[in-house]
Amino acid sequence: MTQQTVTAQVTPHMDVSWRARLRRFTTPAFFTGPAFVLVFLFFFLPVILTILISLTDMSVATISDIKFVGLKNYIRIWRSRTTWKILRNTFIYVGFTLTFFNVGLALVLALITTHIPDRWGTAFRTFWLLPRITPSVIYAIMWTWFTADAPYGIVNQFLQIFGVEPRNWMSAQPWLVVIAANGFVGASFGMIIFTSAIRSIPVDFLRAALVDGASTWQRIRYVILPMIRWPILFVVSYQTLSLLASFEYILLLTDGGPGFYTTEVWSLHAYHRALSNYFGNVQFGYGAALAAILVVIGVIASVIYLRVFRFNEMVAEPKIEVI
Amino acid sequence: MEVRLVHLSKYFGEVRAVNDLNLEIKSGEFVALLGPSGCGKTTTLLMIAGIYIPTEGEIWFGDRIVNDLLPKDRNIGMVFQSYALYPHMTVFENISFPLKLKKVPMAERRKRAQRVADMMQIGHLMDRKPAQLSGGQQQRVALARALVKEPDILLFDEPLSNLDAKLRLTMRGELKRLQKDLGITSIYVTHDQVEAMTMADRVAVLRDGRLQTFSTPDDLYNRPQTLFVAGFIGSPPMNFIDATLVQENGKVVVKAEGMRIELPDELGKRALARAKSDRVVYGIRPEHVHLDPEGDIEAEIYVVEPLGREDLLDCRLLGGSVMGVLAPAGQPVGPGDKVRLRFEAEHSQLFDPETEHTLLW
Ligand SMILES: Nc1ncnc2c1ncn2[C@@H]1O[C@H](COP(=O)(O)OP(=O)(O)OP(=O)(O)O)[C@@H](O)[C@H]1O
Ligand SMILES: [Mg+2]
Repeated sequence: MTQQTVTAQVTPHMDVSWRARLRRFTTPAFFTGPAFVLVFLFFFLPVILTILISLTDMSVATISDIKFVGLKNYIRIWRSRTTWKILRNTFIYVGFTLTFFNVGLALVLALITTHIPDRWGTAFRTFWLLPRITPSVIYAIMWTWFTADAPYGIVNQFLQIFGVEPRNWMSAQPWLVVIAANGFVGASFGMIIFTSAIRSIPVDFLRAALVDGASTWQRIRYVILPMIRWPILFVVSYQTLSLLASFEYILLLTDGGPGFYTTEVWSLHAYHRALSNYFGNVQFGYGAALAAILVVIGVIASVIYLRVFRFNEMVAEPKIEVI
Repeated sequence: MEVRLVHLSKYFGEVRAVNDLNLEIKSGEFVALLGPSGCGKTTTLLMIAGIYIPTEGEIWFGDRIVNDLLPKDRNIGMVFQSYALYPHMTVFENISFPLKLKKVPMAERRKRAQRVADMMQIGHLMDRKPAQLSGGQQQRVALARALVKEPDILLFDEPLSNLDAKLRLTMRGELKRLQKDLGITSIYVTHDQVEAMTMADRVAVLRDGRLQTFSTPDDLYNRPQTLFVAGFIGSPPMNFIDATLVQENGKVVVKAEGMRIELPDELGKRALARAKSDRVVYGIRPEHVHLDPEGDIEAEIYVVEPLGREDLLDCRLLGGSVMGVLAPAGQPVGPGDKVRLRFEAEHSQLFDPETEHTLLW
């Protein structure tokens, strides 16, 4: 493209200049077009529709007579007492899953599998990826069995050895189960990213650290972690956004329960209100408003990440060295 | 600290990177490991540093076997070809990193880092990041980091190969003086023979993971032990000719087609005593062959390569062998000219064509 700009500048001929200018527009349009169409169809259009619906009273009851109600749905959300509980739940869910699993466990796994013989490391990582390629429903069912009520359930069987009272873990510790079930799958993403980041640290740095007198742990702390801080930030931001929007495992495991909204998070709440007849009357408008708020939160978060973490630098063009 | 390598080997699967290496390095000595690419220099160094575990053999520091010692317990300083300065740390943090790991108090860390940095003339750069330094400055930081913990042994892996020619020359001298001043046993890996010859007390020449010779630069150049060493050391390289060794009128004579050289008595006697047959490889360096109208060997100029201070003349003997001759620049000869050559017979080298070992030293 730079080349074309140059052509346009140095050719005085009117006709050529006009064509060049057209080409300057058509070539990028040609290449970015398909992506643009997809983004428009599957992101912008739904967002606009969601916002439009959120301004109406659309529900099963009113489907034949939809009225424009302005910001009424948003005011209802603001006034609802459950909103704050759900917001708190969302923070718990995103915060804990992110810290302990999607980033924390992922880092631990990446570090362990890069510090043991390669064959074992690769085998272990492959094994850890299995849940990701398992259908969510099957994975959730496995967790249900895993935590099943006494006298069944692998967790109960196992903990009995240590004299722990068997119980229904799903209702006794719903957050634990929800966060662990999400986290064990979620950790694989960070694990892969961190592993390749660790692998790409030039080996001389790792050797120099050893010669300088570092123990394995000191080398991780002072050399490896600082050198992979951008990938870590990337995973933090990316996973925050995907966790905010994800709810399928919670839906399958606890469905927001047990009891009143114990594990109901924002996106699940939007789903319940808008699409599931949990309450007998499906309220499209109210659910759409909830979803729209989530979109706004996501967009704000992305902008902050882009700015604060200088994403541009993270994805800077690779400096290809002339050989 | 004295370093001994005893039957040291390292295999990577089928590859024998280092093969039965024996080396005794004296305390305070500066030893160069010299050899072509892939001959196992870095592997040897990394075994001494404790990064690689030897497949076989022993590494001794003084009177102690260190095979099972972790790198951090070996008190070694190492300078890498890439310098390996931690990009997220400042110069000060880089230099004082080994002290930090040893839990040296901050005040003392500052003092010692500053002292070494001043010695390396980078004391004013302490707050910079490595990316803000020139190659030569980075090199000095790397050296300061290696020196700050007052190591028993210094290891260098081609530390100068990323510098420009002029800076390399300066650093060569500085490094050598520094090593002599501090008296730290040093092992210096390079594939640049000039570097090895000018800096080291002794040079170990490696080839395919095996030690070829281990001797002083003087011996290496003037009394090479093997054909490989003779050809590897020296630029332009030594001339080799397949020849026969005969006795004529009580003199020992080396003969090839178009060439006849009477060896000095001492050399001749030694060669005769050791030669297993009359077939030998005769070697002589280009600076020991001269254009001389009185010379008794006829040749024809093939190519003239001006090297600046000298001209390298490729001459073809009557038998067809080509012989490099170094002559002062500006010789009034050109390709096709007939010339006569005189060999300095006392600088002759003779090798057994089978074993490739010297017949003289
Ligand atoms: N980690 C490794 N795994 C397998 N083979 C290796 C490994 N490291 C080195 N080798 C092999 O061992 C041999 C010696 O390698 P080494 O790096 O010691 O050579 P070198 O003398 O330092 O060469 P250079 O001058 O190019 O740095 C080479 O054939 C190399 O391919
Ligand atoms: Mg090397």
